[in-house]
Formats: sequence, structure tokens, C-alpha cells
Amino acid sequence: MGKLKSPAPGKQGKSKEGPLILLVDDFQDNREMYAEYLVHSGFRVAEAGSGHEAIEKAVKSLPDLIVMDLALPGMDGWEATRHLKGDQRTRKIPVVALSGNALSGHLRRAKEVGCDGFLAKPCLPRTLLTEIQRMLVEHAKGGAKKPTGKAKGKGKGD
Amino acid sequence: MQRAAQAHGPGPSAKLELLEGLLESNDAADCARVAVAWLGVHGHSERILCAMVAGEPPVLTGLAGHGIDHASVLALQISLEEREQPLARVLRRGTAVVLPAGSEALAALPWLQRKPALAIPLGQSRESELRTGLLIVSPASGMGAQVARWVAELLGPKLSRLTELRSLSDAEARLERERRLLSNIINAVPDPVLLTDTDGRIVTSNTRAEALLAATEIESEGRRRAVALNNMLFSAALFQRAMGETGVARRELLLVDPIDGADLVFELLTAVSRDQREGTGLVSVLRNVTDLRRATEEIEENLRKLRMAEVSVRAERDRLDLIIDSVADPILVTDLAGNIVHMNSPAERLFTASPDGDEAQLRAVRANDTHFSTFVSNLLLTRTDRRWRRHVTLTDPETGSSIPMEAVSGKITSNQGEVTALVTILHDRSEAIEKAKLYEQVKAASEQLEEKVRTATAELVHQNELLQRQRVELEQASALKSQFIANVSHEFRTPLNAILGHTSMLLEGVLGELPASQLRALGKVDTNARHLLSIIDDILDIARIESGRLPLHLGAINIGELVTDVVTQVEPLIKRSRVSVLVKVPPRVPPLHSDRQKVKQIVLNLLTNALKFTPKGSITVKVTYEKRSDKVCIAVADTGIGIARADQEKVFEDFRQADSSLTREYGGAGLGLSICRRLAGMLDGSITLESRLGKGSTFTFTLPRLRRRRS
Repeated sequence: MGKLKSPAPGKQGKSKEGPLILLVDDFQDNREMYAEYLVHSGFRVAEAGSGHEAIEKAVKSLPDLIVMDLALPGMDGWEATRHLKGDQRTRKIPVVALSGNALSGHLRRAKEVGCDGFLAKPCLPRTLLTEIQRMLVEHAKGGAKKPTGKAKGKGKGD
Repeated sequence: MQRAAQAHGPGPSAKLELLEGLLESNDAADCARVAVAWLGVHGHSERILCAMVAGEPPVLTGLAGHGIDHASVLALQISLEEREQPLARVLRRGTAVVLPAGSEALAALPWLQRKPALAIPLGQSRESELRTGLLIVSPASGMGAQVARWVAELLGPKLSRLTELRSLSDAEARLERERRLLSNIINAVPDPVLLTDTDGRIVTSNTRAEALLAATEIESEGRRRAVALNNMLFSAALFQRAMGETGVARRELLLVDPIDGADLVFELLTAVSRDQREGTGLVSVLRNVTDLRRATEEIEENLRKLRMAEVSVRAERDRLDLIIDSVADPILVTDLAGNIVHMNSPAERLFTASPDGDEAQLRAVRANDTHFSTFVSNLLLTRTDRRWRRHVTLTDPETGSSIPMEAVSGKITSNQGEVTALVTILHDRSEAIEKAKLYEQVKAASEQLEEKVRTATAELVHQNELLQRQRVELEQASALKSQFIANVSHEFRTPLNAILGHTSMLLEGVLGELPASQLRALGKVDTNARHLLSIIDDILDIARIESGRLPLHLGAINIGELVTDVVTQVEPLIKRSRVSVLVKVPPRVPPLHSDRQKVKQIVLNLLTNALKFTPKGSITVKVTYEKRSDKVCIAVADTGIGIARADQEKVFEDFRQADSSLTREYGGAGLGLSICRRLAGMLDGSITLESRLGKGSTFTFTLPRLRRRRS
């Protein structure tokens, strides 16, 4: 399913060199919506519909940031994040968690597995964009800012 | 000497000498001596004797003599008691008599040697028929007799006068002595004795009386007052006695001891004394009866005590009898021979036959008597212990039924330890036996009951377990429900996310510019999608509250900061509206202890609500602190559309807005206030509303400053 979309014309212009964002969501409409908006905003976007796919793509394409929906079928978003944060190759990539369930338990667990940001659904594309931009700036400043040590490497998923 | 006497009488100078001598003498004996001595010189008599009558009965006593030895003169004592005594006759007759030789009178005068003598009576006595004295001269005639007669003329009156004087002074002395004796006697009387005149004045009194009733100037003031008081009391006592009364009167008189002020009780005895010369007076004798009185009182008191003791002893005995009689159990007192000497009425029922009793009754009484006698003689003969106890079966004479009895006997011993009587109490055991039976029944019933309770308890335990299981199931169901709601809400959010996201992209023109009409339609999509989202959020909130999954996070809250936060958060909304928001927080509100997030949610809700329903004007968020109840109030007052009185309570209900048409106009699910109320409840607070249609509303959230954890 992963395909690179050419960025739509927008303020940022069409840049093949824009940061690569990996969007993980099992609901295609949402995924495509954010992808379209991000491309429009000058990002490159990769997409994944499941936890396994997310890990696979992350390892392969090493995106600049991962947007992770937590409620995924099979391996859920927390599990996938734990994997990513436990892998040397991907552990430095910032992860923004997205959840439809704005309970504090979700947020706490997301932080535990190593998510760097958290957004509650419904989340407007503009809100997501703002958060991504903020985190990229922060990441660029702090380098490997805080790959949460709590993330437990469970070995790579297949 | 005879010669001389015959020759001539004494000359004038000799006579003068005698006169002088007599005048100088103040004593009868002296006078007699002077006269006899002068006669001896001038009188020519051989023997001369002067004697005087004295005493009672009268005795002729020798005073002086001439020619007689002195001892004979002094020894002369001739009783004149017998009227026929010759000298007594001479003394009575009063004229000089010649005592012839051998006469009877001469026998008493041996020194005359039976020679005739002349006896010349001397003087005169006023009180006695006898003359005062007697001058006897011998020889009886001649010059000597003449001179003697002349001397007698002089000596007689002188002697009489002197005798009179002496007897007078004697009487006086006697009187004085008698008076002294009398006074001594009176004074020796241990009781005060007084003589008073008719006016009550004290005529005479003894020293005891004086001690009570007389005081001199030198005595102390207190004593004088006591004496004055005594006089008053005494006079008053006397006054009560009529003077006419005769005989001895007795009355009691209270006086004061002037020395120590003690009360003295006297018995006053008064008697009238009548005297021709002294007039009528009252003799009073005061007998001190203070001690007597005290003794009497003591005796009376002792008597009274004795009587009381007697009364109480009698009462005690009566009470004892009463007690014994009122005891329901028969009581019998038996002497050592086994005879019943006393019994109470319940005992009488058993041991005496009524006069109109029939044969059966008599038999029963006799049988009882036999039983009891056996019991008593057993005790008396065989037992040494003081008490003993046996079961005896007696017969009720009235009903003929047998009564199981318990007999308890005790020996009554005297102080010396010997047994004097036996007391036996009979106690009807039928009731006890009945009770024992009942007790067994009750015990059986109780055991049954216990069994039932055990069964019921087991049942209850079982039920409890079932309930417990049900509770767990319910909890699971509730958890499932919450999970379900959470899932549903998530499932709702995912498509809503797409709707809202795509709509916003379209509205932003990311997918190309759109004509105005489409933009308007898209705006409506956006609004409704947002409305739907808020409904979902509210439902989720309520579900959480209801399922108790919304834990309290208590902590310190600065309410001023919290309100500012909320206002800042809705700043975009405020800017979009035409409403100004004022915040009034008093400078010194103590920090709250509550759940910050919930307080914030409530304030936020109230404020957004106010903004929603206030088209123009102002909203005031005012914080107040009530020290007395330690409560904080956050009032949100708007100048909005207001709520009709009838709708004011409805706004707090689920899915309610005052006017359902408003839902569409103003958005919101109508769950906000109901959530607020629930949250306030969790914080032990409340939300009240004051509003007038068209004028605005004030929602006041009141919460305790310190939310205490529920135990």
C-alpha cells in the first residue's frame, strides 16, 4: 500500500526534498486525508495500514517522523512504537501518537512506550501539521532529543 | 463596939463619906461592899450581910459581909422559890423584920450563931414582887440597927437602880446574842432566805440571798446587772402572790448567778409572817433546784428514750410478725419438744383444720403434722449442724392435692449458744418443678430454633454468595458497558475525524477553491459534525461519571489562577462574540483543596454556556469566599437570553436545553449542565441558577473549600 505521493501545490511548494512522514492508520480515509494535506504542505508521505507494515516501512525508508494511530488491528500502535523505539535504526525517529480515545490511560501508555507527542482524534489536518512542524523543529534542535529509555526492545516484528 | 454604938450615931462627915462611896460605885457588889464596910466602921453591928436577889427562879446571893468570913458570904445561896421561905416572906413584905433567936430563918444563916438579927429588905423591883436585896445586921436592935436602917434607905434604891440597869443590859446582851444566833442560823441555811414587807422591799436576808439580790458599788457591771435582773424577777414572783393568801406557796423562779451568769432554777417558798408590831411581811425561801431540775430532765429524757426504745422494739416485733405473715412460704417456729409455738398464716393453712373442715381436711392436717414432726425430730435428735434441708411432701387440706415441699430448718440459739427453738421455712417446689419442666421445653424449643437459625444462616450465606456473584457480574457488566461506550465513542470519532478533516480541508481550499454556496453548505457540515462530536464527548463523560471511572485527583487549587486559565482558554470564543468578560476574584481567597480538572471543567462549561447564550452585553465571573461555612462560590452571570422560571430546573436534565429549538441555533448536546451538576456532586458542591427571561442568568457553583476524602 505504501506509495509516495507527490506533494500537492501549497504554501510550502512542491518539494521532493521535504521531510518524510510515515502515516500509520488502519482507516484509509483518514490516512489519505492527512497524506493529502501533508503533501499539499510540502512533505513527503509514506503510509502504513498496520503495525507490522509500519515497522517494515520505517526500517526501510527511515522517515523523519511517524504519525501512529494507536488503535490498530493486530499489533496495535503501542506495540509497534515499542518495537520502533527498541530498534537502533528507528529509535531516534519521533513518534506522534493519535488516539480516538482521549483517556489519560492512553496518553500515559503512549508515553511509556516512547511516543514523543500525542494528539486526540478528531484531529484536524491543520492541527496535525502544526504538531509535526513543532516536533521537527524540536528534533532538529535537540538531535536525539529523548528516545525514551523506557521503550523495551522486543525484537523486530516480521 | 456595943458601947460605941450605944453612945452615938455616925457624924455628918461619915455619912457624906458613905454617900460618896455609893455614888462612885456602879456595881451592886461594890455598893454592897462600900455600904457593909462603912457599916462595919460606923454602925456598931457585930455581923453584917448584904445579899441580893438574882436569877430566875430567884436566889438570894451574898454580896458582902462584915464579921463573917468571906467564903461564907460568897457561899450564900438561898433559894427563894418557895413562897413560905422566911427570907422570901421578908423580901415580899418589904419591911424590916427581926429574926428572933431560934427562928427558922436563922438556920440558913449559921454565922449569926443563932443570935437575933434584923433583916431589912432593900430597894424595890419593878418586875418582881420580891425586893432587890436584903441587909441583915446583928444584933437586931440598938444603934447598929438604926444606922443599918439609915444605910438601907440609901443602899436600897441604889441597888434597885443598879440591878435594873444590869438586868437591862443583860437583856440587851441576851437579845444581841439571840439576834446573832438567829442570824447565824439564817446564814447557815444553804438556801437564800428573805423577809420582805408588803411593798416587796427586803427587810432582812441571809448572805445567800444577798449574794443573789444585793450588789455594792464596787462590784462589776455585769454582776450589778445580774443582781438588778434577779431583783426584778424576784419582785415579779412575789407580786404574783396575793398578800391575803395564807399558808406556804411554791413557785418556780429563774434567776441568774451573778458570778458566772449561769441560769439558776429556784423553788420559791413564801409564807406570810404576821406580827403585831412589825406588820405583815413575807418570808421567802429560795431552794436551788437547778441540779435537781437537770437531774429531773435527765430522768425524763431517759424515760422518754426508754419509751421510744420500747415502742421501736414493739414496732420491730410487729413488723417482724407482719413480714413473717406476709411471706408466702409457710414458716413455723418449734420448741425443743417439737411443739409448734408460732406459725404464719400460710403455715396455718397447712397445719390447722378450719372449724368447718370435713374429715378429709382433718386427715390431711394430721398427716402434715406427722410429716413435719418427723422432720423436726429427725433434725433435733440426729443432726448437729445448724441448718438442714429436706424434701417433704405435704397435702393441701383444701384441695387434697399433694405439694412437694422443700423444708429448710435453722436452729435458733441463745447468746449462751444453747438451742432454744427451730425455725422452718417450707417452700413449695411445684412451681420450681413446673419451671424445670418448662425450662426443658424452652431448651428444646431453643435448640429447634437454633437449628432453624443455622439453616437460615446457611441459606443466607448461600444467598450472599449468589449476590456476591451477581455483584461481580454486574460490575463486569458495568465495566463492559463502559468499555462498550468507550469503543462506540472511538468508533464514532474515527469517521468523524475523516468528516471534520475533509471538511476543513475543503473549507481551507486545499483541494481547490469552491464557490460560496458550496462553502456555506460545507460550513453546515462542519458545524453539525462538531455538534455530533460534542455530543459524543458528553456521553463519554457521563458514562465515565456513572461508572465511577472518573477518579478524584485532589490537590491544592488557586482559584484565581484557575479562572484566568479558563478565560484564556475561551479567549478565541470571546473574541468572536460581542461580549466582554469580567473576572472578579477577591485578593485573599485561601487555596482550595479539590479536583482541579473537574472544577476547571465546570467553570469552563458554565462560561462557554454563558457565551453561547449571550448575544451581547457582558459576562462576569465572580469568585467569593464565605468564611463561616468555608465555602467558595464561583458565579457566572450573563446578560443573555435568560431562562424562564418553569424551565430553570430542566436545564440540568440530560439532553435538555430550555428550548429544543435552541439546540440547533446554539449547538451543544444539552448535556453540559447535567455533567456540571454531576461533577459538582462529586466535589460535594452544587450548582444553582437564578435567571429571568430576557435579562440574563447567573449560575453559581458552590463547593467546599476543602473536599474531604470519603471514608
